[in-house]
Amino acid sequence: MAVITIDGRQLEFEQTLTILEAAKRLQIKIPTLCYNEHLSPYGGCRICLVEAASAAAPDRSRLVPACTTPAENGMTVSTDSDRVRDERRFIIELFLSRCPEAEPIRKMAAEMGVDPQGGNLDTVGEYLLHRAPRRAATNCILCGLCVRVCQQIPERYALSLKNRGIHRKVTPPFERVAESCIGCGSCAYVCPTKTITIEEAD
Amino acid sequence: MKLSLEDIQQLRERYAALASTRRGHGKAHDHVDLLVCAGTGCVSNHSLKIKAALSAEIEKRDLQERVRVVTTGCNGFCANGPIVVVKPDDIFYQLLAEEDIPELVEEHFVKGTPVKRLMYRPDKGEQPIARMNDIPFFGKQQLIALANRGLVDPEKIEEYIALDGYRGLVKVLSEMSPEQVIEEIKASGLRGRGGAGFPTGKKWEFCRSAPGQPRYIICNADEGDPGAFMDRSIVESDPHALLEGMLIGAYAIGASEGFIYIRAEYPLALERLTRALEQAREYGLLGEGILGTSFSFDISVSKGAGAFVCGEETSLIASLEGRLPEPRVRPPYPAQSGYRGKPTNINNVETWANVPRIITRGSDWFSSIGTDASKGTKVFSLVGKVNNTGLVEVPMGITMREIVFDIGGGIPDGRRFKAVQTGGPSGGCIPESLLDTPVDYESLVQAGSIMGSGGMIVMDERNCMVEVARYFIGFTQEESCGKCSPCREGTWHMLNILENITRGEGREGDIELLEQLGRHIKETALCGLGKTAPNPVLTTIRYFRDEYEAHIREKRCPAGVCKALIAYRIDAEKCTGCTACATNCPVACISGQRKQTHVIDQQRCIKCGMCYSVCNFDAVRID
Repeated sequence: MAVITIDGRQLEFEQTLTILEAAKRLQIKIPTLCYNEHLSPYGGCRICLVEAASAAAPDRSRLVPACTTPAENGMTVSTDSDRVRDERRFIIELFLSRCPEAEPIRKMAAEMGVDPQGGNLDTVGEYLLHRAPRRAATNCILCGLCVRVCQQIPERYALSLKNRGIHRKVTPPFERVAESCIGCGSCAYVCPTKTITIEEAD
Repeated sequence: MKLSLEDIQQLRERYAALASTRRGHGKAHDHVDLLVCAGTGCVSNHSLKIKAALSAEIEKRDLQERVRVVTTGCNGFCANGPIVVVKPDDIFYQLLAEEDIPELVEEHFVKGTPVKRLMYRPDKGEQPIARMNDIPFFGKQQLIALANRGLVDPEKIEEYIALDGYRGLVKVLSEMSPEQVIEEIKASGLRGRGGAGFPTGKKWEFCRSAPGQPRYIICNADEGDPGAFMDRSIVESDPHALLEGMLIGAYAIGASEGFIYIRAEYPLALERLTRALEQAREYGLLGEGILGTSFSFDISVSKGAGAFVCGEETSLIASLEGRLPEPRVRPPYPAQSGYRGKPTNINNVETWANVPRIITRGSDWFSSIGTDASKGTKVFSLVGKVNNTGLVEVPMGITMREIVFDIGGGIPDGRRFKAVQTGGPSGGCIPESLLDTPVDYESLVQAGSIMGSGGMIVMDERNCMVEVARYFIGFTQEESCGKCSPCREGTWHMLNILENITRGEGREGDIELLEQLGRHIKETALCGLGKTAPNPVLTTIRYFRDEYEAHIREKRCPAGVCKALIAYRIDAEKCTGCTACATNCPVACISGQRKQTHVIDQQRCIKCGMCYSVCNFDAVRID
């Protein structure tokens, strides 16, 4: 039997599980964007970062994504420390700067106390939300959920990620209508910002 | 012809004369080897034509019995190529042209007088230096990973074997258990040469003790830092050292299959590697039942398409499996779950190349070199504003000053040193005040940089540090895979801010903004690429804040680099009216009669800097 401590509360566990799953059992909420319990974890959005220290080095805590990091015996996790809140705020500001109209992003930002119109923005927030250029008018946050669901549930591989860095985007292969698409709608269903919509074909 | 453990030793004995000539032990009148450098640098300077000319001339004078022409890998002194080294007496000829060859052969090999005018001279007026090891560039170097550079023909396995090649493999197969090999590597203190410096023996042990079969080993030859060519050079000059290192590692870890992931942009390295693999298989050094033992192992080569992120081990594995090269979160580490979910060990080329030498000469010898925590040597590609550009291998703990000034010969044209950039796009800039920093993993981190894989770019007073930071963050932004938000979005914001500053549109507070963004990205990015991407910006701010301030507050680029902030003007006092600037101006915006002061039309000037570089009278100045 192994024990993990999250925000001062202990959980005993036997099977392999992630920090996020452990927190869920303790009913501790960790925000997520690129996570879906039915799909393989991705670790890309970074909103679920928590501070974790192993039993071997309890004084050396690291920021790790809760969705992909396995819970270890003797691990101590903090999901709401200043360090976690500070970085989470940075991540949501990055997303808000990219997709200011995306409803779930605005909601999550509000929950974290990030108010674009309010006076409490720090240097980085002020830049990201008021001065930074915007690259493209899209609500896609590149969480990759649509790509993963298509690969893992209907196994159609009709969507993939294209290009590197800021040019990255979701597209069917070769940017053509994907022949393998069966119109199941899974991608639209999992999309957190409702960027993918299903059209009726004639 | 498959060899046995004993055959290797016999083969080595058969080539004893060759080994003694190459090591400089023989007498010059008995037998001479002319080692023509055929590294990428020298080849592009037509060293293969030099080789052909030498062979023809030697045949013409009927000297082929006594004088042999051999092609070798890179000598490291790339700026002075084409290079020919005469063995056994170690005479070094440089910057050779085909026209020099008849004279060289006649004087040196017929008359016995080495040709002074083709030797290295430290400075114009000074005496030439005949012997290779007396040249300061080579004198302070210590070769382990590059032990065979310029000494063996990389396409001939016999030459590698003659110079103690595969001795380490024979030793581990005949007298060491896998555990003993791992202990020996641990005792040597060898740390990963790819950048992060993780102890190699420990890494092997993790992989060996991880549950799961089969186990794999991988060589990371996906060298991607701008200005870095250490790994390429090792593969080109001594491919068997890499293969032997991997064989020893496979034996220690218990792997039967290995991969070399190498950039497709390295055609010469690929060619030599492929040949080396063929020869090793032919000799029974790869495949089933190696050297007649029960140990089996083979290596396949996988070509990478040049994405920088593939240097990160989890991305490399994804690419090797045919997936999109994206890093994934560790743990699990590749030692636990790597290629196809099996225990996998990855080391880079230089790390592997150190292994045979450690086994042959012992961990005590290796750990006697270097500092307490950083053992052995490190290979650096020394480039930029330095007189002797090239590849150098130095003991850990040597100072930056020794590398730049003693080995590198200082800054060209009497200019002032400004900084040295180590660790490529993940590293930082080290200023003059820290030139006496010892080169080891920890000291470089303390200075805000990293050891990295070994790129070392020297900068002088004409390098703008803001522009340098902009260049590197631009590089990482292009190479970011885009999976995690801080690296994808964050570095793009940093790039925008830096572009504004170099355009003269920086604002008060931008420096602090960059610092804070950089710190956030370092904390939150997924892989090493993102976690280190802000380093060039953060170190240039730390050491050259005044340059940032000049750009932002005074709209001035002190180094005269940022185009939006400078103007070229002609000093009427100094201008002789030679017309060189006007003739060379690509947009014809310079006017003036011969022997009269010339004038630049600021409206039409594109600030290319041509006039500045062609003026012989220092009459063009940057305002």
